[in-house]
Amino acid sequence: MKVFIYPTNSLILSDLVERFGHEPLAIMQEVGKKVKSQGLDSPPLNITPEDPKLGLKYAAVEVPSGVRGRMSLFDPLLRNAEAAIVVRDPVISFGCMGCARTNELVNFLLRAKKIPLLELDYPSNEEEAKEFVYKISEFLKSLKPAEEKK
Amino acid sequence: MDSITKMVVINSSKLLPSDVVIKLYESNADVLIKETCFGVMVTGERKVVDSLLSTIRKMDPYGIFVKERGFAPGEPYRCRATRRGGARPGFHNLESEDKLLPHIASALRALDKGEIPQIKQKKKKLDIEKLKNIIKGTEVQQ
Repeated sequence: MKVFIYPTNSLILSDLVERFGHEPLAIMQEVGKKVKSQGLDSPPLNITPEDPKLGLKYAAVEVPSGVRGRMSLFDPLLRNAEAAIVVRDPVISFGCMGCARTNELVNFLLRAKKIPLLELDYPSNEEEAKEFVYKISEFLKSLKPAEEKK
Repeated sequence: MDSITKMVVINSSKLLPSDVVIKLYESNADVLIKETCFGVMVTGERKVVDSLLSTIRKMDPYGIFVKERGFAPGEPYRCRATRRGGARPGFHNLESEDKLLPHIASALRALDKGEIPQIKQKKKKLDIEKLKNIIKGTEVQQ
């Protein structure tokens, strides 16, 4: 099953989802497509005029272009998501590295999609980490494995 | 050909990135390997990289963590060598999660042993009536 992860570039979540036999939907895949696809239109990231149009699906034209640009990358991930694991208030989403409005919108869209959703906090000690990993493993076990679905 | 790059982050007391690199070279697979401070980056065809890393993971299942990377190693838009130093974008999240990896490793070990952690009860917020009573109780009678 395709599992959306948030923070979308998380090593821990990406690894755990793959470890428990599912496919993580992470932003790295989308960035990779923009970098590696053949015939670069506008290097280095190959963002074409088509991309802001994808973002317009989620945010109006007067919304900051950063939100629409980010949403154009999130669009294929959100469309394909069959389940989601969300870490509440990750440190990385604070400050200039994150975009608070995009993050809020992504979390809202995940809830509106009515897919199985697991919400957690990042662990700060070993006991919390045990609970964190246990909850993720139980959640992923409750989902259909990727092979069965086909 | 679907080419991908995967980052192997090593957080192990018995394994070094150089050990993993040697093992990767031994496999003789058609991949590009780069040793880094946190582990190894492997670029190649998706099938080849996935099967190769599943064997590499067996070297220390609790000490090796893998994620995909959008950019290839040495990409001029990301590489520090061409950006006059400093942390590359994406490093800060890796650094913040790297601190948690020993905890995650021991949690995975406990999960494989069949340990079920006690789910902590969330602390309830203070009831407003209780707070009012506390305030009343501490008020000085004039």
